[in-house]
Amino acid sequence: MTVTAVPGTAAARRPVPRLRKLEDERWLALVLLAPTAILLGLFIAYPFVEGVLLALSDARVGDPGHFVGLANFAKLWNDNIFWTAVWNTFWYTGVTTVFKLGLGLWLAMLLNRHFRGKALVRAFILLPFIIPTVLSTFAWKWMFDPTFSVINWTLHQLDFITQRINWLGDPNLAMASIIVVNIWRGVPFFAISLLAGLQTISPELNEAAAIDGARPWARFWLITWPLLLPVTMVVMLFSVIQTFADFQLVYVMTGGGPANATHLFATYAYQIGIGTGLLSQGAAVSLAMFPFLFVIVVIQLLYIRRVEVR
Amino acid sequence: MVQTKRRSVIKLAGSAAAVASTGMAGILASGRTPAYAQQKTVHWLRWVDFVPASDTLLRKELIPAAEKELGMKINLETVNGNDLQPRATAAIQSGSGPDLIMAFNNYTYIYANSVVDVSDIAEELSKREGGIYKYCRSFCSDGKMFMAMPWAVIGAMVAYRKSWFEEAGFNAFPQTWQEYHDAGKKLKAKGRPIGQTLGHTFGDAPTFTYPFMWSWGGKEVEADGKTVAINSKETIESVKFMTGFWKDCCDEGGLAWDDTNNNRAFLSGTISATLNGASIYIETLRKPDQYQTEKGKPMKEDIMHSPLPKGPAGQFGMHLMQSDMLMKYSKNQAAAKEFLRWIHAEKNYGKWFESQKGYSTPPTTKWESSPVWNADPVLAPFKVAARLGQAPGYAGPPNAKAAEGLSKYIITDMYAKAVQGMAPEESVKWAEGELKKIYSA
Repeated sequence: MTVTAVPGTAAARRPVPRLRKLEDERWLALVLLAPTAILLGLFIAYPFVEGVLLALSDARVGDPGHFVGLANFAKLWNDNIFWTAVWNTFWYTGVTTVFKLGLGLWLAMLLNRHFRGKALVRAFILLPFIIPTVLSTFAWKWMFDPTFSVINWTLHQLDFITQRINWLGDPNLAMASIIVVNIWRGVPFFAISLLAGLQTISPELNEAAAIDGARPWARFWLITWPLLLPVTMVVMLFSVIQTFADFQLVYVMTGGGPANATHLFATYAYQIGIGTGLLSQGAAVSLAMFPFLFVIVVIQLLYIRRVEVR
Repeated sequence: MVQTKRRSVIKLAGSAAAVASTGMAGILASGRTPAYAQQKTVHWLRWVDFVPASDTLLRKELIPAAEKELGMKINLETVNGNDLQPRATAAIQSGSGPDLIMAFNNYTYIYANSVVDVSDIAEELSKREGGIYKYCRSFCSDGKMFMAMPWAVIGAMVAYRKSWFEEAGFNAFPQTWQEYHDAGKKLKAKGRPIGQTLGHTFGDAPTFTYPFMWSWGGKEVEADGKTVAINSKETIESVKFMTGFWKDCCDEGGLAWDDTNNNRAFLSGTISATLNGASIYIETLRKPDQYQTEKGKPMKEDIMHSPLPKGPAGQFGMHLMQSDMLMKYSKNQAAAKEFLRWIHAEKNYGKWFESQKGYSTPPTTKWESSPVWNADPVLAPFKVAARLGQAPGYAGPPNAKAAEGLSKYIITDMYAKAVQGMAPEESVKWAEGELKKIYSA
């Protein structure tokens, strides 16, 4: 019911209360969006702009420096450690994402079945994700210890190796080691998220397909996978962003070594900016991550939109 | 017991009345915290000492005594040595943090803009204690100001298993790198390699690689501190020697070691020798029943120390310098200086030095005559560490550029790359490129 004021009545003569403005959708939207906008501005836009300004200066620790344009980026262009970090970051993100998706999906499918102790198993699966990264990574560091590795000890006891494997001292093995730990840590996130997605798919669709004679693989490929795709893409989006900017795991395991072989964007930025005090150069390394991430995110978002429209 | 006097009660009542009458607005307008909250506080950030007894002494005895005598609160915070630089950077940029921060080596030059000149206290100490060693002075003073108060030098000597070297035919520690290579080859063949880190860690890696390079005649820059001179026949020779030495003599896992790995490896009987402070030996003194040789004897009786061997250009050492920076942003500078004076007083510093049992060498010459050095001949080589050391950046000064090269592990990585398979000429060329970026900036 709409109440309209009659001209000349007492109601019409009363001043309009300020709250009335909120009855206007435009004002209401502004008010509701304001806290989020302020938070985004404070914690995302401001540091981002500060980072850009820093990257365009020659600031060092304790010295605000001067504007130098793109000089820091020019330095990076000729910096072979930076290019190692670029290559490592893509390799690390690509390989871990493929494995996390494959293993996570497999686990989600298993957990979507009915069996005794399902709740307990689900809780256990989440453990790697719950334990603080630094803590679990230290445990892995000890397992890969060049001298006292329990993995080496087990392999030796089982007669698989005669000499110690130099897990974190060999550049390729060090990379493989951090990839393994990242996969171990990331699989639960994929598994639980995809499990949530699987549970939104009506079992009747699969049952109907089974009655029509569709085999399990066909049912997965033609029914489950297309319906799970929007969730999968969102999970992948989060995972790619997190993995691309990963820091803690590599910092604890290898510190970017041996001889810079495992540096990612974040660890290299940290070593230059914080360790050496060259803040502007560190900011430039950090900022160099942005265009790569931006392209990846845009592609994924466009894909998600297409999938959702379809 | 604190006595309550009539005057203090009146004072307290007065402040309470003032707060009550003017409220928070009054306090804010005065720009001062209320009188009862104005206790002087000094926040001191140090590393977690490799001699735990010294941290215990600081916490349980020295800090409480300082608090009592100076009437101030002292917060001692200890962190992993590798985390000191990040903490310093973060504190400087945010303009708040510990009042005193421990610095290693020539990192003081990186933070020179952000520290308070402590020349007055340092020169007082130098005058009182027979002079600050040139080595220590070069790390803490740029000639114009003391960027930090020199605290101690941690001598880096080779700790080795005497009996194992004797079994390999060496009754004394090898004098030259070639002899050390010969000994190491025999030891590794017996499953007792030499342990050495070539990882990204502040202590044992650079204190090995810099003197190694110098002993072959290699150097970062010329004496002008500008001309990068690393790409020389001498450096290449040193890298070539390192690749053979690494393969024949060393535990190859060392590429990923930090400063703690070699302690664990030595104490577990996995390695026969390693460049280190005296912490391994001190740990065996502390727990003689736990650390034993394969023959069931206390390991402490089988450990000796020696300087690094000689190379064609001579014998060199680089020892970890520790100093305390008083930060410019600190609001407690006067109190921090007061505390620095107190802790460096002979009666207080002496207690700490004794607790180190020879792990640390004080920055002044006076302590060479300390009975600590006569108490145990195994620790005697550490006595003159500060006399023999050479600073990173040689042949140039240990300035900010040298500190940047050290922080980026360029010399260490040059050797690490070569032992991983890069041609020695290539790894030296890589280091030259990295150093040129620093020295030409």
